[in-house]
Amino acid sequence: MADLKERIARRCAKEFEDGDFINLGIGMPTMVADYIAEDIIVTCHSENGFAGIDLMADETNLDVDIINSGGQYVTVVPRVKYFDTSESFGLVRGGHVKATVLGAMEVAENGDLANWIVPGKKVAGMGGAMDLCVGCPNVIITMMHTQNGAPKIKKHCTLPLTAEKCVTKIITEMCVIEVREDGLWVTELHPDFTKEEVQAATEAELHWDPELKPYNED
Amino acid sequence: MINKIKTAQEAVAGVKDGMTIMVGGFLATGSPEILMDALVEKGVKHLTVIANDGGLAEGQPNPFPGATSRGVGKLLDHHMVDHIIASHLGVNPRLNEQFAEGTLTYTLVPQGTLAEKIRAAAYGLGGVLTPTGLGTPMETNLDELGREKKVVEIQGKKYLFELPLFADFAFCRPTVADKFGNFYCAKATKNFNYVMASAADHTIIAPEKLVEIGAVDPDIFAVSGTLVDTIVEGEKPWQI
Repeated sequence: MADLKERIARRCAKEFEDGDFINLGIGMPTMVADYIAEDIIVTCHSENGFAGIDLMADETNLDVDIINSGGQYVTVVPRVKYFDTSESFGLVRGGHVKATVLGAMEVAENGDLANWIVPGKKVAGMGGAMDLCVGCPNVIITMMHTQNGAPKIKKHCTLPLTAEKCVTKIITEMCVIEVREDGLWVTELHPDFTKEEVQAATEAELHWDPELKPYNED
Repeated sequence: MINKIKTAQEAVAGVKDGMTIMVGGFLATGSPEILMDALVEKGVKHLTVIANDGGLAEGQPNPFPGATSRGVGKLLDHHMVDHIIASHLGVNPRLNEQFAEGTLTYTLVPQGTLAEKIRAAAYGLGGVLTPTGLGTPMETNLDELGREKKVVEIQGKKYLFELPLFADFAFCRPTVADKFGNFYCAKATKNFNYVMASAADHTIIAPEKLVEIGAVDPDIFAVSGTLVDTIVEGEKPWQI
């Protein structure tokens, strides 16, 4: 499982180009930063108040005034810019943060996303997720393809939505899927899986890109 | 000149049962601890709290055992809050305990929308139009005062119309303030402190460092002292 999550994070890291400003969610999305190519500069947004997350802090460099959106103490890059919540989410809703990487409970074939609440369970809250999904031009979902064997990529979401028609790409251990106007298109397939196996793990209908490529995780 | 400097006890004397207060901070980073302590000491009840979250409980964040509750967490420990308006309620376990007990209710607001609702109150706007929350429970749920949300269409695009969010008191934690109340918050402690300082009837600040007027370059200040009613000395940097 750890290897599969690393595979997903490595693949997701290839989405970014020199100069990009992106937001990485908690969990597997955070791992993506470890695999971004060293010869490009990508600036990571921390929605609680700055652009320029570097690494997890330790006792040698911990600053009590610098946490990430998960409340963990982190360090910042020299080009960091701090801001308040209003400016932070202005950057998000204004489309200035090019991409957000998030996990999902359910994704629908039209790009609807559910990842913030299961009715009846403990109350958590959306935090900044709804703003990020509405504002960022690219909403990239990184997740295991199924949950306990049950498909997470569905015809329709059954859980309350985080945002409508927002997901642009889904990266799982099996494949890479683009969300297009006419549905879900698989653009890369991992050699460990067949098309039939991927479709069987997916409730929504998958389309296969004519230029289907092997999963690019090198 | 009016002397805004008071003790913490004097500063919170006007906070009454049932009032609405705003508390700066994000998971307690940037929360004014000595003002929360003074509210606990006063024992005020039935508050409505507007904050990003419920602060931290004893022992959080891991792995720092021995840490005391912080920020709004102190008010929750003492069951002083009846309703909380926030974007995230998952971290401090006191929140879900009190929801289950039926002693605390909540209104969830997306983080960016929460900031803009407060900013609208601060800056005299009738509300905010945001695309955030369309097609989600944010569109169909009632707002913090039980009002239905309106969807407004402008130039072919839909937006949720969100109303301003006011408070009786705002509690903010500057890193540096002068004795007139001009202030700024360092690094990631800004969060909600700036918008909240402008949106309440009374604004109380607890700066980590208080300097004489004119002692620092005024260009560093982000919030005008004209918005600040009361200054309380003695806030310390958080120690792990």
